[in-house]
Amino acid sequence: MILLRLFYEFFKTGLFAVGGGMATLPFLYSMSDATGWFSHGQLADMIAVSESTPGPIGVNMATYVGFTTAGLPGALAATLGLVTPSIIIILIIARVLQAFRQNRVVDAAFYGLRPCSVGLIAAAGLLVVKIAVFNFDLYAQTGAIGDLLNLKALLLAAVLVVLTRYVKATKKLHPIVFILGSAAAGVLFSF
Amino acid sequence: MKKLLELFLAFAKIGAMTFGGGYAMIPFLERELVEKRGWTTSEELMDYYAVGQCTPGIIAINTATFVGQSVAGTFGGIAATLGMVFPSLVIITLIASVLTNFAELQAVKSAFAGIRVCVCVLIFNAVVKLWKGAVPDKAALVLCLAVFGLSVFFDISPVLFVLLCAAAGILFTRLGVRGK
Repeated sequence: MILLRLFYEFFKTGLFAVGGGMATLPFLYSMSDATGWFSHGQLADMIAVSESTPGPIGVNMATYVGFTTAGLPGALAATLGLVTPSIIIILIIARVLQAFRQNRVVDAAFYGLRPCSVGLIAAAGLLVVKIAVFNFDLYAQTGAIGDLLNLKALLLAAVLVVLTRYVKATKKLHPIVFILGSAAAGVLFSF
Repeated sequence: MKKLLELFLAFAKIGAMTFGGGYAMIPFLERELVEKRGWTTSEELMDYYAVGQCTPGIIAINTATFVGQSVAGTFGGIAATLGMVFPSLVIITLIASVLTNFAELQAVKSAFAGIRVCVCVLIFNAVVKLWKGAVPDKAALVLCLAVFGLSVFFDISPVLFVLLCAAAGILFTRLGVRGK
């Protein structure tokens, strides 16, 4: 029963992968080795698609692997398998937290956790900056300092900062407007 | 029932607009859940993120379950999570069946390069905004900068940061440095 097996394999992934969607990758590689459902090459393609389509990467990966293995029912089985452990564990934690929200120790722990989240988010943002605005590969090849910065990307970033933070007429716009605008800019000016 | 449908739709919308990992979701969570619907606060979102970091499962799903649960109980958690994965199911299935070379298309590559720049700026804006609530005093500032610096320069698991910061929060409160 391949659907059950898919559900089970992704249940395991959801249970043991901790963190962002990229944390599921080691599990997918070992799944490829253990089951032969898809090759490492296919996996690389699936990662590329998952990164360039909407939706969390981990979920996209599960859907893609499931679909490749067993069509639409496979996509459903894999995705539900991935989210089931989260649902169970988080529902339990959420209940416990609600009961202890007013507890002084829990409150003190969260006082330490909030700056931690912000620090982690900022670090993740910086990682995206490294890929989006810098050309480390090109720089390593040519050694020309002018190749290190992607000037088009830098210019777009500057325009976006001004539009999202300082221009009254645009700063309240929905973030998706800026995402779509940036996608269009990327195509128009061939980033 | 109406609330569950609302949760499903709100999270489907967020899922359809998120490009990248769970962090790219923050600006959309802020907009759709905090500003538009008032279902949660920025501080609570940070709590969910911290817990979602160190519990099993991917952050995006953990956060969806958390918010859904706080809005409408157990079924709310399930509805939000199913909403979150729904766009992925539709979009990936479509792409996998018709456009297998999707990621190699030049237009897709260029569009995504543009989107990545935008994601940086949106995350930067989110950090500036979250800063006020999450970093109220000097001790919190030290924690935030330490986590940022260490995770930029070293490959340390976020789980460790979360556990240490929870302990630090308790310690700082005990020592009375909180709020100074």
